[in-house]
Formats: sequence, C-alpha cells, structure tokens
Amino acid sequence: MQMHSLAFDISHTLAGGLVLISFMMLYQDRLYSLLNVFALHAVVLALSVAWQAYIQDAPHLYITAAIALVFKAIVIPVALHRIVKQLGIHRDIESALSIGPTMLAGMALVALSMVLMLRVTADADPLAREDLAFALSVVLLGLLVMVTRRNAVSQVVGFMSLENGLVLAATGAKGMPLVVEISVAFSILIAFIVIGIFLFRIRERFDSVDVSALDDYRGERR
Amino acid sequence: MTMTSLDPVSAVLLIPIVSAALLAVLPGYRLTARLNVVASLLTFVAALSLFVVERPQPGAYVLVDDLNIVFIVLNTFVGFTTSIFSASYIAHELETGRLTPVYLRFYHAMYQIMMFGMNLAFVSNNIGLMWVAVEIATLTTVLMVGIYRTHAALEAAWKYFILGSVGIAFALFGTILVYMAAGPIVGEGQDGMIWTLLIQHAAAFDPALLNVAFIFLFLGYGTKVGLAPLHAWLPDAHAEGPTPISAVLSGLLLNVALYALLRFKILLAANPHAIAPGPLMVTMGLVSLIFAAFMLYRRRDIKRLFAYSSIEHMGIIVFAFGMGGPLANFAGLLHMVMHSLTKSAIFYAVGHISQIKGTQRINRIRGLTVTHPALGWGFVAGVVAIAGLPPLGIFMSEFLIVSSTFARQPLLAIALVFGLLLAFGALTLRLTSVAFGEPRGSKASAEASYVPMLAHIALVLCAGIYLPAPLVVWFQHVARLLG
Repeated sequence: MQMHSLAFDISHTLAGGLVLISFMMLYQDRLYSLLNVFALHAVVLALSVAWQAYIQDAPHLYITAAIALVFKAIVIPVALHRIVKQLGIHRDIESALSIGPTMLAGMALVALSMVLMLRVTADADPLAREDLAFALSVVLLGLLVMVTRRNAVSQVVGFMSLENGLVLAATGAKGMPLVVEISVAFSILIAFIVIGIFLFRIRERFDSVDVSALDDYRGERR
Repeated sequence: MTMTSLDPVSAVLLIPIVSAALLAVLPGYRLTARLNVVASLLTFVAALSLFVVERPQPGAYVLVDDLNIVFIVLNTFVGFTTSIFSASYIAHELETGRLTPVYLRFYHAMYQIMMFGMNLAFVSNNIGLMWVAVEIATLTTVLMVGIYRTHAALEAAWKYFILGSVGIAFALFGTILVYMAAGPIVGEGQDGMIWTLLIQHAAAFDPALLNVAFIFLFLGYGTKVGLAPLHAWLPDAHAEGPTPISAVLSGLLLNVALYALLRFKILLAANPHAIAPGPLMVTMGLVSLIFAAFMLYRRRDIKRLFAYSSIEHMGIIVFAFGMGGPLANFAGLLHMVMHSLTKSAIFYAVGHISQIKGTQRINRIRGLTVTHPALGWGFVAGVVAIAGLPPLGIFMSEFLIVSSTFARQPLLAIALVFGLLLAFGALTLRLTSVAFGEPRGSKASAEASYVPMLAHIALVLCAGIYLPAPLVVWFQHVARLLG
C-alpha cells in the first residue's frame, strides 16, 4: 500500500506539473520563451509517461516517453527556433486577449475539467481518474493557447501542448492499445504538415507567419 | 484479418494504398489519371463483391455488417465517378498552369490515400482504428485544399487544419473515455476498443462516463460533420480547393464523420441509464439547418453556396437521427445516400461551369442552359434535387422526416419546415440567375464528360420514383439498429 501511494503521488505531481506549465505558456509574450516553456512541457510529459510505463509495467510506453523527450523536447523546439530566427519574427507575440482575462479563462477551464471529470468518474480507478482530470485541463489550456494567439508558430505550439494532454490521458488509461502508434502518428503529423508545408508555404507567399495577415484574403471575394 | 488475395475487405483497403504508391512515382498526366480511374473502379468492384461473397467474421480490426456495407459501396462508387470527373478537371488545370506535374502526382497519390482512409473508417471494428482512419482522411484533404497555394487556399487549409485538430483532440479524448468506461467490464487492452464487444456489454458500462464520452465525440466528429457552431472550416475548404475535392468532401467525408457518430450513438442507446442523445442532436441539427439556410442568401461564390447547402443537409440528417424511431432513422439514412449522390453531381457541374467561365462568382455566370444545354440542364436537375422538389430522392427523404416529426413533435416540425423553405427560396433565387436569362461570360464548349453527373442524377431520380425492395428492407433493418 505504501508503494501504491508513492506511485500515486509521483504521477499526481507530474500531471499537476504539466497543468502548471500549460499555465506558464499562457503568459509568455515572446516566441523564444514560449518555445522554451514548451520544451519543459515535453520533458515533464516524458517523465510522466515513463513513470506510467514503470508502475503499469507496460514497457511499450517507454517508446512514447522517448518520442516525447527526443522529438518534442529537443527536435521540434530547435527546429522552430531556427524557423523563428530565419523569419525574423522573434518580436512580441500579439495575443488576441490580454494576459489577465486569458489567465482567468484558463482557471475557469481547469475548474471546469476538475468538476466534470471528478464527478463523472467517481467509481473509476483513482489513479486514472485524477490523471484524466489533469489531462483534460492540459487539453483545454492548449486549446486556449491556440485561440488566443494569432501567430502561426504559437498556434502550432498550442496544438502540441494540447496533444501532450491527449498522450497523458491515453497513458493514464491502463492498458489502452494503440497509444504508441497514436503518438508516432501525431509526431509525423506535426513534423510534416505543420513545419514542412504550412510554414514554408505561408512564408513563401506572405513573408510573414502571422495568421492575421491571412485574414485580408478571407471570406467572400466580392 | 485474413490477408488472402480474394478477400474483398483487404482489396478495398489495399488497392488504394498500392495505387497511391504507384501514382506518387509515375510521371505523365494521361497515364496517372487513367490509373486513378482504374484503381477507383477496382475498389468499387471489390466493394460490390461484398454483397455476394460471405462476410468475414468480425475481427479485432475489421467488421462488415449491415450498417456499413452500403456506405462502403456508396463511398467507392462516388470515389470512382469523382475520379472520372477529376481526370477532365485536372487536364484543364494543367493547361491553365494552376497545377504543375509535381503537384499532379501529389494530388493523385493523396486522392487514393484519402479513399483508403475513408474505406478504413467504414470497415474498422476498433474505435481507435476508426479514429486514426478519419484523421488520415481529414489530413489528406487539408493538404489537397491548400494545393493551389494561393492566399485564399492557404488560409482555407490553415483554418481547416486548426479546427480539424480541435476535432481530432476531442474525438480522441472521447474515445479514451469510452475505453475507460469499458475497462471494468470488457477488460483491459485490445478488447476494450472492439466495437462488437463494446456493444454486447454496453448495458453494464458506467453511464456517467459514457455520457461525457459522447459529448466529446459529438463535438469532435461533429466538427467534421460541419454542424453549425463548429462549421467555420467547411465553406472555405470547399471553395478554395480543387472541385473534385469539394465533391468528395461534401459527398463522402461528411458521411464518414457522421457514420462514426452513429456507431457511438448505437453504443449509447444500448445503455439504459445513459442520456438520450436525441435532444442534443435535434438542437444542433436544427441550428445548422436554419443558420445555413439564412447564410445561403448572402453567398456570391458558387462553391461556397453549395458548401452551405451541405451544412444545411447535414443538419437535416442529424435532426432525423436525433428524432430517432424507425421512420426518422430510415429517412435519415436515405437522406445521407441521396445527399451524397446529388451534392457530388452538383459539384461536378460546378467544376465544369467555373472552368468554362473562369470564375466562381455567381453574378458573372448567367444563362447556362442557353450556352451549354447539357451542362446547364444537368445543373438545374441537380439543384432541383437538392432543393427537395419531387419526384427526386431528396424529396422523399425530406417528406418522411417532416411527416414523422409532425406526428410526434409538431412544433419542431414547424421549425424544420421553416428552414427547408428558407433554403429552397435561396437555391431557387440563385438557380434562376445562373441557369436562365441573358448569357454572360465565356461561351467556350467544355471538353468534359457529363456521364458521372448524369449517372448520379439518374440514380437519385430512380430512388425518388421507385426504391428497390431489398434496399428498403436493408434501410428498415438498419433503422431499427439505430434505435
């Protein structure tokens, strides 16, 4: 029982840490610091997944942890750093909302997911239950980052943090199949679509990755 | 899954994958366009053979049952006719230089991967695999929408990607919750994701967890269906991509997402303590219908017009399934098939029209029936069908939905009829200006085959006049399954 409560506490701490780092993302107003915070997010995710692999005795989850560590914490942030530098957009992020309301919205989302998940999963395994509540918070905070940023790079970062929440939920659900496959698929998706195609194309056409530059062309062509 | 070469299910999946690999490397327009058509035809034939040969036993990954068999056949059929339309459409795009040979290869390979994704979504018996398949289909269409690389196309693709990924996230979260609800009863691992096992034990699942799961799945897959508050990607994606892609988006991809939703609705219906998904679906359906009907009046772009019409029809279908009961479910299924055939036919016509006229703006297109009789009247027939006039198939399904709703919830029926009439008015208004009157714009003749368009309209007309008895029996059987 002693071991169980220790396992519980550690996974609890790591998942809670992810929520906290998601909050940190909300108020970063420079792209470089946003990328650094995201790298931290990925490291904590890797630790959390590795811990789940250990306590669930599910060695395949170590692959997911390794992907999170190598790909999301190192490769992607480094690549995005270079893109940001090349494009010369390391100026301030314009966010659609100011920091105050964004933080309040974030708190409301976390409260919502706690109330919802804890009430609904009353009978479920307590470990999975709290994990799920944290995971939903991370997903919703990632969504909030995507909504409040107008810059394409920071929207991608928002999407990746959202996806980290999904990986947390999937690893928390004991014995869930396809977790490794899904995390690989997501990584390939991020690598190819986001960086390779969209950013380069957008830059090619606009000399800017600010999505609001695209708004000029939106809607009905009158 | 048995991987014998004669197994039609494997064929439906393997033919698109193999041909995608071939199309990615082979050069030349003539060869690849033909190969694309042949591959789509073979897939369709393989799907048809599902009716004749013995169905495979439901396995860990693959399932063929009464619900999906007709959707697989419909999917491969429209995939086949679209590949014929695509061949003539793409030839024109190459001439005008909008597509380069490299992008052509990319386009054809993506087309087959998309067909693979949609077929996989229909045959999968594993809710995780189904999620992956829907995502493959969605992401390939994101790439196709952005293929022209204009400002507008990139914005459309980006918007589709962002909203699509929110859908991705919610649907996956919902899938994980279903797995967790199943865990204590079905057991851990693979079994907790197999749909046929889930449905057997659904009555014992934790209803609260199942409810929340359904909300997430409804929002996630509902984004892909294009339901009203989540529809923002749909008109842009339809308007800016190549027209064959608009045809498969409206005709097929929306159906795939809706099919996924129906599977989970059946799961929820099997649990006596879970919420009834009906009111949620009825509300979202009605909102989509009435919102899209109003939006139809303000459209100036012809592809956008029909994109909003797709939102409208998806609203009608979701409304019908939300009402539930044998008659409304029957009508909803029929409407899915009819809408898919009619809307793709309309997009074939719109593709040729916009290529001849060199524009998608409605006010620059006039008097089509005078300058291009075959195309013009085909287009008129398509719009008459989609507006829900007798004797075509959509009239029949809409009539069934309205009459069954009047019998049970007269107030809802009034709202439904209001939306239908509103949309009818908008479509008639646009149709008269585009099809009749003084011709405007280029009068050049189109070097195109109208066979796919006319074949679809003929099928819809047939269904409106006489629906074959085996099909009716099938629809009734599935309608009962849907509860």
